[in-house]
Amino acid sequence: MLRFIIRRLAQMVGVVVFLSLLLFLWLRSLPGGTVSAILGDRATPESRARLEKALGLDDPLYVQYWHFVKRAAVGNFGASTKVLPGRDAFDVFLMRFPATIELSTFAIVVAVAAGVPLGYLAARRRATIFDNLTVIGSLIGVAVPVFFLAFLLKYFFAVKLGWLPVSGRQSGSIDATRITGFFVLDGILTREWDAAWDAFKHLILPGLALATIPFAVIFRITRASVLEVLDEDFVRTAESKGLTNRIIRGRHVMRNALLPVVTTIGLQVGGLLAGAILTETVFSFGGLGEALAISFRERDFAVLQVLIMAAAALFVLVNLLVDILYAVIDPRVRTR
Amino acid sequence: MPEKDTTERPQTAPADDAVAPKSRHAFGARRKARIDDLAATAGRVDEAGAVDDGPGVSLIASAWRRLRRDRVFLIGLTITVIFVLVAIFAQWIAPHDPIKQYLIDKVRRQSNPVPGPEPGFPLGADDRGRDLLSRLIVGSQQTLIVAVFVTIISLVGGLVLGTLAGAVGGWVDSLVMRIVDVMLSIPSLLLAFSVAALASKPSQWTVIIAIAVTYIPVFARLLRGTMLAQRHSDHVLAARALGVKRGAIVFRHMLPNALGPVIVQATLVLATAVIDAAALSFLGLGNPDQRQPEWGQMLGVAQEYLSSYPHLAFYPAACIIVVAFGFTLMGESLREALDPKTRR
Repeated sequence: MLRFIIRRLAQMVGVVVFLSLLLFLWLRSLPGGTVSAILGDRATPESRARLEKALGLDDPLYVQYWHFVKRAAVGNFGASTKVLPGRDAFDVFLMRFPATIELSTFAIVVAVAAGVPLGYLAARRRATIFDNLTVIGSLIGVAVPVFFLAFLLKYFFAVKLGWLPVSGRQSGSIDATRITGFFVLDGILTREWDAAWDAFKHLILPGLALATIPFAVIFRITRASVLEVLDEDFVRTAESKGLTNRIIRGRHVMRNALLPVVTTIGLQVGGLLAGAILTETVFSFGGLGEALAISFRERDFAVLQVLIMAAAALFVLVNLLVDILYAVIDPRVRTR
Repeated sequence: MPEKDTTERPQTAPADDAVAPKSRHAFGARRKARIDDLAATAGRVDEAGAVDDGPGVSLIASAWRRLRRDRVFLIGLTITVIFVLVAIFAQWIAPHDPIKQYLIDKVRRQSNPVPGPEPGFPLGADDRGRDLLSRLIVGSQQTLIVAVFVTIISLVGGLVLGTLAGAVGGWVDSLVMRIVDVMLSIPSLLLAFSVAALASKPSQWTVIIAIAVTYIPVFARLLRGTMLAQRHSDHVLAARALGVKRGAIVFRHMLPNALGPVIVQATLVLATAVIDAAALSFLGLGNPDQRQPEWGQMLGVAQEYLSSYPHLAFYPAACIIVVAFGFTLMGESLREALDPKTRR
């Protein structure tokens, strides 16, 4: 088990190092690049050259990369130019990180809580109306652009009906104490129940929009996987032994059917981060996704670097955790 | 052929029907159905064997036989065919020129930014007085172009990488797969945005390339998996024993067998490409040239008027959803038809 984890960790380091190289080359080849971003279009050749020298941009590429890695290792990616002008880009990441984690956690919990039971039921009632409707529903869910769905939810439930807040993470009227940056958690920790409830209400609409695609994927994988397991010999054996439905369902069907589902949940994390770019922008949620959208539009390269690295590292890390979890659930994986 | 069909059918179809309504809460019903199923097949072992030994039906032929009756597939196919026909004949179908600003006189920045429907303009105009219906119809062209080229580029890229990794193996495999892993470790939309941001001037082609790049690793991985699974299979071994050249083994014996899942994936990419293009436009990284209307772009522009004139967004969004849904239906039923496990 330990060797398995160490091997996966080594792989992960390799991926991150390679990614940093790609990111470095990507930033160097961006149109305009850092110098234009700082000086704007009216820069004279002399001032450009001076700044290039000051930033070390006249060094050979591998020297520049080495400096880049050295700085990146201690979280120094330079100052933000547009998202939060003057602030350290890494601070932008730290400030916005909890919002996105909170939103994504909510979304994935919704997706799993709805997707797994519905997928199981659809498989058990195969070829019934319930099965067909849920399958078609999940396919439509995938076909709707996430940001459009976010718009629809916002338009109907926030603007027209006024049931839920239109944007942001917390109503301005509430004076909440901040501890962790996770607003719902903060409210619970400080026992400011109104603040927690208010923050939760802000989560619902963007969370639902973000949850649709993971929900659809988890639902379909669960359904397919349960269908496959139901056909296995050991289920037949369990049935013929006269075991109760509950034991068959729990020990024999679900435990085996959930293996691919766990992997899928891990893979959905990447999609969540990408979806967060869209939903957070629609709801002005103030998380990493919104920061990414702004820094893409406004070409804030320092922030972009941090956020892309962080997104990738997070994704790789979550999938490592998933693999470990997988090994815990299924002992056969460890020996491979 | 038709006789075999009729002998095969009764085994499966009634069994499914019998299972469905009863199996709500008990495994008992399933058990019964299974026994019935077994009983039904008991007498026909010989026949079934004869079917298997008879002239082999190719995967594609048998898949088509299943698909022809598959309602889901037919719905998807219908949507897709209509979409493609509209795109091809858009110039003739569209009642007006999609670029000409017919109703520009009616546009008032303050009171009436989006002129409503009137005779000759059933859906009204957009914010620049252009006929919305014509733009939707002509927009299908660019949408189709985006979908098709994204799929072709990513498919070819994935084929090259996947074949290289799966067929050569060794360090080539490791290298290619590490690159693929890194590309997969960046969330796909984020990767698309990054590539789109590389272009100094966004255009339709930067959108296509940006999206295509994100699907290359998906295809590569898929293809490598199916190729690897075959490397030690009997038919490859046999070909090698016969002295068939390596290239021929890869291209004539392994690749065709690996294409099933790739085709399915390609159909699904057609759908997601359209949606991703819309997302790029939404973030301002799409094609800014409004002389080439595209649904994603129209949706991106319409977001400005969403609270007061939602119809401007609803129409292109509905088009995207229907077309993406059609592609997805086709892909999903293809997946089932080509899957040897569900094939009987």
